[in-house]
Amino acid sequence: MITPPNYPGIPGASPGTPPGPPDLDVGNSRFRLALARIRLAWRSFRGAWSIYLESRIGVLSLLIIGMFALMAVAHPVLMLTIWDSGTYDPVTGYAFGQSQQPASPSWRHPLGTDPLGRDVLSQLLWSTRSEFVLGITAALVTVAIATTVGAVAAYYGGIIDAFFMRLADLIIALPGISLLIVLSALFKLNLFYLALVIGVLGGFGGTAIILKSQALSIKVKPYIEAARVAGGGHFHIILVHIIPNLLPLSLLYMMFTVTSAIFAEAVLSFLGLLDVRMSWGIMIHTANTGGYLMGGTRYWWLVVPAGASITLLCSAFYMGGRALDEVVNPRLRRRHD
Amino acid sequence: MAITGTEPLHTGALLSVAGLTKRFPVGRHLFRKATSFIHAVDDVTFDLEPGGSLGLVGESGCGKTTVGKLLVKLLEPTSGEILFRLPGLADHAVPDDPSELNEPAVDSASIEGRQLRAFRRRAQMIFQDPYESMNPRRTIYDTIAEPLSVQGMGTLLDRVDRVSEILDQVGLTPPATFLFRHPHELSGGQRQRVAIARALVVGPSFVVADEPTSMLDVSSRTGIMNLMQGLAQDLGVAYLYVTHDLAVARYMCHRIAVMYSGKIVEIGETEELLKNPRHPYTRALLSAVPLPDPGSTREPPDIRGELTAPIDPPARCRFFDRCPMATENCRTSPHPPTEEKSPGHWVACYEV
Ligand SMILES: Nc1ncnc2c1ncn2[C@@H]1O[C@H](COP(=O)(O)OP(=O)(O)OP(=O)(O)O)[C@@H](O)[C@H]1O
Ligand code: SF4
Ligand SMILES: [Mg+2]
Repeated sequence: MITPPNYPGIPGASPGTPPGPPDLDVGNSRFRLALARIRLAWRSFRGAWSIYLESRIGVLSLLIIGMFALMAVAHPVLMLTIWDSGTYDPVTGYAFGQSQQPASPSWRHPLGTDPLGRDVLSQLLWSTRSEFVLGITAALVTVAIATTVGAVAAYYGGIIDAFFMRLADLIIALPGISLLIVLSALFKLNLFYLALVIGVLGGFGGTAIILKSQALSIKVKPYIEAARVAGGGHFHIILVHIIPNLLPLSLLYMMFTVTSAIFAEAVLSFLGLLDVRMSWGIMIHTANTGGYLMGGTRYWWLVVPAGASITLLCSAFYMGGRALDEVVNPRLRRRHD
Repeated sequence: MAITGTEPLHTGALLSVAGLTKRFPVGRHLFRKATSFIHAVDDVTFDLEPGGSLGLVGESGCGKTTVGKLLVKLLEPTSGEILFRLPGLADHAVPDDPSELNEPAVDSASIEGRQLRAFRRRAQMIFQDPYESMNPRRTIYDTIAEPLSVQGMGTLLDRVDRVSEILDQVGLTPPATFLFRHPHELSGGQRQRVAIARALVVGPSFVVADEPTSMLDVSSRTGIMNLMQGLAQDLGVAYLYVTHDLAVARYMCHRIAVMYSGKIVEIGETEELLKNPRHPYTRALLSAVPLPDPGSTREPPDIRGELTAPIDPPARCRFFDRCPMATENCRTSPHPPTEEKSPGHWVACYEV
């Protein structure tokens, strides 16, 4: 039997100059490994992107989300250039020179003013940013929790799995909005805490169940067994093999969470239960408390901009999610060949 | 290291399996214990010498993969014993010289913790499906270096060198062009070479090869088989080669064990077993294989029906329902004991 001599640290490897290319040094190979990872990420992104673009609702949702992103950026720019803060501040501003408040749309105030004399367009643009922050925070929290819970429950099974799944059932059974209403009555909920609550409820709730069932199908792949034979521990397998393969689906559920977070914010603000200075929901709330919702379409600018924004942004993220669904669930994909 | 097949069990063997049994519960419910079991592996006994090779042959579902997974501790046996004499397993450091003969035997069931990591360096497995046995998101380097990096062997530089070297050995040259590619960029044959590289990279003494060529197209099979055989010989690696094809087992292995429905029905040196098949099932299998000697003739296979999953099988010969030689004695007696009919040639049948 030939006895394989040893490399330092690696039994069974042979000594001497390896046949590898001579220019491989640590920094170089680390760099090339990173490069290969970026290349793979880029390539799978490009593949996913082209599938996504085939979906009309996907493109539409991107256009809408892009438009709102521009609106969010536009507010600070306008405040720094042509809007003076005394008049246009979304919370403390007052539109002098109007004969009555709320004033209907004019050149100076394209969407009119609210019952307190504040510029509606400024409120709308200012709120866009916080809607994004709210939605994305809630989504990140949801996905971080759900991915971890799903991977861990699927991997360990048994009592850990049973615990998290019963917890998820319990959360699903809770009436979401009503629970938030109760919470907002008990605590001062600002946007950040609202995002956390929605994130935690989503993360331990339905999203965890969906990600767990996906993780179950990854867990039985032969490469998981191969990793065990390689000597990989539980932590290694969950972190290196299960979670990266869960991420596409996680991304999809991020989109859906954004929708529910924005919607929940609108409802709670409308009921006046949130501790926020301005938001789309607050805009409608203000119109309502002033009795302007009763006036039919006469004071449309108090309601339509905010209402349409809520509807549009929610449906944009929802449609984006549906389009992503086609990317990560190949069986939903339309056949072209 | 010649394999004579004549030594009694447990002497100088790298690996000795005795009475190995694995049952899978069927129809288990959350609050009810299973009452039926698939007897996937039932009272299996064999051993394997250092540097030796054993072919495990049988129909689909007879329990071959289960035996392999039991050996590398991917599954825990229901009962029975697996003894290893692998360097570094017993309580001293990994020796430089992997000559296993003086190693004390270690019971597989007792291997855990740090010992398990040492075991993972010594016992490896090549999986059946080259498409599913690699994480699609990791590079070839990541895949092959995984055993090295999870066990903290060598620096990154060592590992890159080692992976390049093993890529070269499995014929993926020049290694630099393969290191940072991804599985989907490789053909099935190339992937199986990667799988072999990954199994051998830690310098194991023993490898389970689970039908490594069954998913490949015919043109790349011979290459993979020759590669495996050559590397195993050069590196002194013993292997268990799982296949449903007697001809492949004959080409690859010193000894062959024929498995039927969880039982080993016949085991012996390759040429002896093929020349003098004794068990009716082996004979039936052989008549389906093209004959090595065109002059000789053999009666056509004479077995009825097909293998069904052995759920709570009756306590008689497992082959009884399909056996052309079955007698009244076979029906009323328990499964026949495995007896040495000629030196190193063991058969489990009442009628031979
Ligand atoms: N994890 C498991 N749970 C339940 N039953 C199993 C499990 N693994 C295998 N079995 C059953 O055990 C029996 C043997 O399976 P095994 O995979 O070992 O067969 P095999 O000889 O490798 O077949 P093939 O040639 O198709 O790979 C089969 O009846 C199978 O259904
Ligand atoms: S013991 Fe009887 S039934 Fe079993 S293989 Fe031999 S002859 Fe056939
Ligand atoms: Mg198998």
